[in-house]
Order: sequence, then structure tokens, then C-alpha cells
Amino acid sequence: MHPILKLVSQRLALGLLLLLAASALIFVGTQILPGDVAQSILGQSATPEALANLRRDLGLNEPALSRYFSWLGGAVQGDLGTALTNGQDIATSMGKRLGNTLFLAFWAAVVSVPLAIFLGLVAVRYKDRWPDKMISAVTLTSISIPEFLIGYVLMYFIGVKLGWAPSVAMINDSMTLGQKLQAIALPVTVLTLVVLAHMMRMTRAAILNVMQSAYIETAELKGLSSFQVIARHAFPNAIAPIVNVVMLNLAYLVVGVVVVEVVFVYPGMGQYLVDHVAKRDVPVVQACGLVFAAVYIGLNMIADIVSILANPRLRHPK
Amino acid sequence: MQDQLDYLAKRASAGKLSRRDFMGKASALGVSAAAASTMFATAAKAASHKKGGDLKIGSTGGESTNSLDPATYASQVPYHNGRQFGDTLVEVSPNGEIEPRLATSVESTPDAKTWMFKLRQGVEFHNGKTMTGEDVMKTMERHSNEDSKSGALGVMKNIESMKVEGDTFSVTLKNANADLPYLMADYHLIVQPNGGMDDPAAGIGTGPYKVEVDEPGVRHMYSKFANYWGDDGHFDSVEILAINDATARTAALQSGQVHLINRLEPKIAGLLSRAPGVTVQSTPGRGHYVFIMHTNTAPFDSKELRLALKYAINREEMVEKILRGYGSVGNDMPINAAYPLFDSSIPQRTYDMEKAKEHYAKSGHDGSPIILRTADGAFPGAVEAAQLFQQSAAAAGIPLEIKREPNDGYWSEVWNKQPFCASYWGGRPVQDQMYSTAYLSSADWNDTKFNNPEFDAKLLAAKAELDLEKRKALYSEMGHIVRDEGGLICPMFNDFIDGVSDKLVGWETDPNGELMNGQVTRKLSFA
Repeated sequence: MHPILKLVSQRLALGLLLLLAASALIFVGTQILPGDVAQSILGQSATPEALANLRRDLGLNEPALSRYFSWLGGAVQGDLGTALTNGQDIATSMGKRLGNTLFLAFWAAVVSVPLAIFLGLVAVRYKDRWPDKMISAVTLTSISIPEFLIGYVLMYFIGVKLGWAPSVAMINDSMTLGQKLQAIALPVTVLTLVVLAHMMRMTRAAILNVMQSAYIETAELKGLSSFQVIARHAFPNAIAPIVNVVMLNLAYLVVGVVVVEVVFVYPGMGQYLVDHVAKRDVPVVQACGLVFAAVYIGLNMIADIVSILANPRLRHPK
Repeated sequence: MQDQLDYLAKRASAGKLSRRDFMGKASALGVSAAAASTMFATAAKAASHKKGGDLKIGSTGGESTNSLDPATYASQVPYHNGRQFGDTLVEVSPNGEIEPRLATSVESTPDAKTWMFKLRQGVEFHNGKTMTGEDVMKTMERHSNEDSKSGALGVMKNIESMKVEGDTFSVTLKNANADLPYLMADYHLIVQPNGGMDDPAAGIGTGPYKVEVDEPGVRHMYSKFANYWGDDGHFDSVEILAINDATARTAALQSGQVHLINRLEPKIAGLLSRAPGVTVQSTPGRGHYVFIMHTNTAPFDSKELRLALKYAINREEMVEKILRGYGSVGNDMPINAAYPLFDSSIPQRTYDMEKAKEHYAKSGHDGSPIILRTADGAFPGAVEAAQLFQQSAAAAGIPLEIKREPNDGYWSEVWNKQPFCASYWGGRPVQDQMYSTAYLSSADWNDTKFNNPEFDAKLLAAKAELDLEKRKALYSEMGHIVRDEGGLICPMFNDFIDGVSDKLVGWETDPNGELMNGQVTRKLSFA
């Protein structure tokens, strides 16, 4: 078997095992949390009688283990079940939310990844001169400010004072692509500012590292311009660490944007997960956890494969 | 006769009937001149509203876990959802009177045990079916039978039997209750086809707006129902957006993305009131922020210690610092002037260090710190309020130790379980309901574990007392008992603070609930 294929299949199998472990961990976690879904649904207005009725109807009187395995049995067959709290089909309602999260993550990535890499290249080209220092200072400042604060500041100045973009990013199916893009302008800006520094710094460091090599000196000696040296000789050799950090940030854009979603009232997965954790709606939390874990594992796998492909020494191991 | 009158009123509000014609036709139907005049005024007022427009409301309390099933309503967005698509039999008016909705009149037998609701005829559900007495009875059954998970189960437990005869729905109670119509105005009790037995979360009701989009935790979209029975509900569409973050909600109102928001934070309300294009509406309500002590648990089983703590709290300071003036001081009883039959002569308890010290000494407490549990989610500012309480109590020599609990699980693990904690009550339309819900010794939510036979006897006596003067006297005595003997420390009553765009007209003060008791989409219109 081709070594790459073998690697991918190994990674896939390992990923599935990881998913199973994650689902068990999530289930245990939700069982440890105080209170249960019946208590959370009825809230302060719960009477013992109503609680007992709700618990019976939701099947909460079953032992925890048998609930986990009946859920697992369904999930393996692609049936994520229905939410305990409102009886909606989980796959349908989560699919919509996941679509929204991916939409936001996609556009944030479209803006931030090329920008970060470009800024990284510029920083290398003007190393230790004012463009390098300014880029580093600005991006490090923006990553150091908590994202909710950037969100509120942009909301106030751009949303309320200038009125250029809506202050809450609520999108729905009846909007056109243009309207949707306008609606998510502010959250995309915030996310870009948050992930920019990490990717930019990594690009800069990786390329600088390569720039010490002898073949770069050769390239310079044969008269290539400094941008050509970076783009043709340094960048391909620096691609592995860059892809790694890009993938990590993409994963963050999908699974880590809860705060930005809450601030801008964006109907994505983060808010959806938080709501259901608060209500102890275990099947939904499980399903969200699986999706998040799958995204993380998948993106990391891509990063590994790309770095192997980019490096002949890894491609043909001895 | 009611049908014909409704028809006339509709014609009048559509501007197709002059006052003279209306009065003539109404009196031909046997209506007194005064009543007909009022009816015409109401109809004409409806006519003055501009029709149309798309209203957007930004509301807190919306989660992806919400359902349209009225039995499950426990937060703000579901509450407002119910107000759009559904109707209750009766509603409580801003003045605290019973207003007809799906029932046109209410009568009781002299012993207040059997109540007759005359049902409105020709009311259409959003699925095209006509509402029948059977639908009403099934609805009440669903909220009260032994399988019920309804938030209204507590108020429905007293029902012994129900029946429908012609257009009259009657309820017989186990124990007399002079306030039953107020209980039937509970926002959970929305009449659904076949009582919602088939599909409780379908969102089919008789209200002015029918469900178009239901995305829990994101938005709920409604369009005007063409065959709505009433003449209110002036918008073409209503959209309720779940915006739980207070800053985002305020920004959405300021930037014009929504027209109405609820639950403004007191610290923002003062600033927002100076912003252009919006008005801050502050409505004194019946909700109150409290510290509750279990009267059956040491050390709070000592009346002297309870009194010491009650004298050791500075109510004015709390209203000023926690509510920023958007509220009023409490008096260690759950009742204030917003309730009918309130006795304003009950003396106001104030911060009194000397008395606190005196009662504390008498209680013989060993001086160990008294643990007060609180969380941000107990009520807005609950942690700060506990700190203020700690300081004012320390000045009187009473050591309080604050234990901060997580919001998550607060209502299941701390409230009603721990002997001393911060909490809130949303208030009820009438005194009887408030006392029966939380102060009767056998009540499910007796969160102060209050057990006073004299109080219980007076509460039962007041329930059956149709003479208002006598009832008021009984309520006054009960108020004194709770204030002096009970485990409730009630420093403040909070206002409902809503933000309203200046594009809307028709606002009126309604102490029954936020956003005009949820009636904004029915009573307001665009200017």
C-alpha cells in the first residue's frame, strides 16, 4: 500500500477511536453537572409533580449507561435523535447552525489566511525595519485584546455611530449572499483580528528560519530579487509549520467562536451548544461535541498530510 | 347578540360606521347608552392606529432549547411567542381588572366555587378550525391532568371538575377562590385546538399573528392572521429576535435593527434615555429581589435572628445602587402597591443598627459567620447586593459570609435547598396567588419553609371572601405576619425597563409584565 494511503487510513481509524472517547467523556461530563434536563426546562417554576412527569416522559429514569449506549447505537447509524428540550430533530437544527458557523469561518478564513501570509512575507522582506515592527505591533495588540471587547468597540463605532454595518449579525435563509456578507462584516473583522497575529508570526518565523540556509544564499547570489527568493525558495520549505498553524486557527474559527457568536448574536454552533449545555440536553451536547471533535481531528489530519506531502524526506521514509 | 356587537365594533373600527349609527344599532341590541359609547370609543381608538409595518423585537431569554408548547414557557422569548399566536380566556388589564378575551364574560356562584366563562363565538384557529368549548376544556385538562408538565400546574391543581354546556365553560373548584379569573389569565393557558393534545408545539392558536418561522434561540417570525377575531394587532408582521447579550440588545435598538427591547440593565438605562430616537420606559411592577431564609433551619429558626437580619439591610441604598433608582423599596413582604387591595398603612421597615443589634443579642447566635449564597444569575446585581448587605450587617455586628455560587444549576441546587440565599420573584397578578404560591405551608415553592397556621387559615378565609373590604383586612393581617414572622428579606421591587423606538406610538404603563404585559404587538403601532 502506498505509504500516504496507509498513513491516512491509520489516522482515520485513530480519529474514529478519538471520537468515541470524546463522546464518552462528554457524556460523563454532562452526568457530573448538577441538575438534569427536567429541572432545567422547568426552571424556578418546577413542581415535584411536573418534574416527575417530565423525567418519565424523557426517559431519564433509565440508567445512564443504557441511555449512552442507546444514543451511541443511533449515532452510529447516523440518527442523532431529537432534542430532549423541544423535541426538534437534532440533525436538522444542528445542520443549519453548523452551516452558519462554517459560513462565518469560511469568510473569516478567506480574509485572514491570505492576509496573514502576505503580512508575514512583508515582515520578512523588511525584517527589523519599520514595516516589520508595525505589523508585529498591530497584530500582537489585536490578539492581546479580548475578542468581546474588540467586538463591542466595533459594534459601537461602526454599527451604532457610523451605521456602516449592522450591530447584530443575524442571518437567515431569506437573505441574499450580499445581505449575509454585510451582516457578518463585523464578526469577520473581529475574528480576523484575533487569528491574524498567530498565523503572521508563524509565517515570519518559519521563513526566517529557512532564510538562514545555504541555498537561500545561493539564490541571492544568482541575483534573484528578495521577494522572489522568499516566494520561490523559502516559502515552499516553510510551508509545513505554516499549514499547521493555519489549520489550528481554522479549527478555532469553527469551534472556538462562542464568544464572538454571543456578542454579535450570530446563530451558529457555539450559541447552540451553550444553550443545550445549560439545559443538560445530553443528546444535543453529544452531537455538537462529535462535530467539533471531528472538525478538530480532521483539520489536524489535513495539516499532517500536507506537511508530509510538502517534505520529500517525510514522503519517502527510510 | 355578542356576535352582532362584535360585527358592529369591527365596522366602526374600520371607519365604516358613524358614532350615531353605531349607538342606534347597539341600543337596538339592548346595550345601554353608556356601554355603547365606551364600545365605540374603543373601536374608534383602534381605528386611529396606523395599520401595517414590520415590527422587530429584541428580547433576552431566548434559547435554542425553546419550544412553542405553552406548557413549557419559562423565559421571556417563549412568553412573547405565546402572546403573538395565542389567546387566554381572559387577560388582566393595566388597572388590574379582568378583561375579556376568548371568554366574553365571567360569573361565579356566590360561594366562589363554580365559575362560568361565556365563550366568544366564531373565533378561528390559524389552522382554519373554529374554536369550540371542547378545545377550551381540553386545553385546561392538558395543563392540569396528572401527566402535566405545565408551568401552570400549580395554579390549576385546585380544579375539581370542568364542563362545557353550549357556549359556557364552567370550572368547579375544590376550595373556593374569589380570584380564579386571574389564575385563568396565566400566560401558559393558551387555548389550542383540541387543547394541544395532538401537537402541543405546533404554535396554532387564535392570536393576532400566526407563526411563519420558528427558529428557537434565533428568531421567531409572525404574520398578521387575516381572520383574527379582535381589532388589535396592527402590524403586518412581527419578528422576535433572541438577543441575550444586554450590550448587543442595546446596540440593536440604537442602530435601528429592532424597535423594542426588554430587560435594559439599570446602569445602561440612564445613559440610553439620553440617546436620540429611543425612549426608556420604566414600569413599576410586582417583581422583587429577595434574600430568603429557611424558617425551619438553624440559625434562621430563631425569629430574633431573622428580625436582626431584616433590620440590618439598607433598602434605600440597594434601590439606589443596585437598581439605580429603577425600582422601589420592599417591606419584607412580597406585596407592594402594584397589587389590588394593598394596605399602604403597614409601616415601612428601615435600616436600624440599634434594633438589629438588640435582636441579634436576643437571638443568642454564637457569632459564627452566617453563610449567604448568591450568584450573578439570582437577580441582576445579586452579588453586589449581597456585598452591600454584608457591609450594612457588619456595621450592626452581624457577620455575614458570602458564598458565590455558579449561575449554572443555581435554581436546582441552591434555591429552595440552601437555608439562606439570594433569589427573585416575578410577582403575580393578585395577592392570593402570590401568597398561595410561596407562603402557604403546603405550597411547592414555599422557599422560606414558612409554616404559620394562623397565616394559612387567613389565606383560606380570604380566598372565599367575596367582600372586598373584608378581604383587604385579611390581606393586611397576612402582610403583617409575613413581614414580622417570615423568612423573607425583601429589599426592593424592580421596575420593568424596556427600550422603545420613537417610531412606535400607543405605549401605556402596564404593571402586569414587561413590554406592556407582552401586549406591545397588539396595542402599539407605527406613528
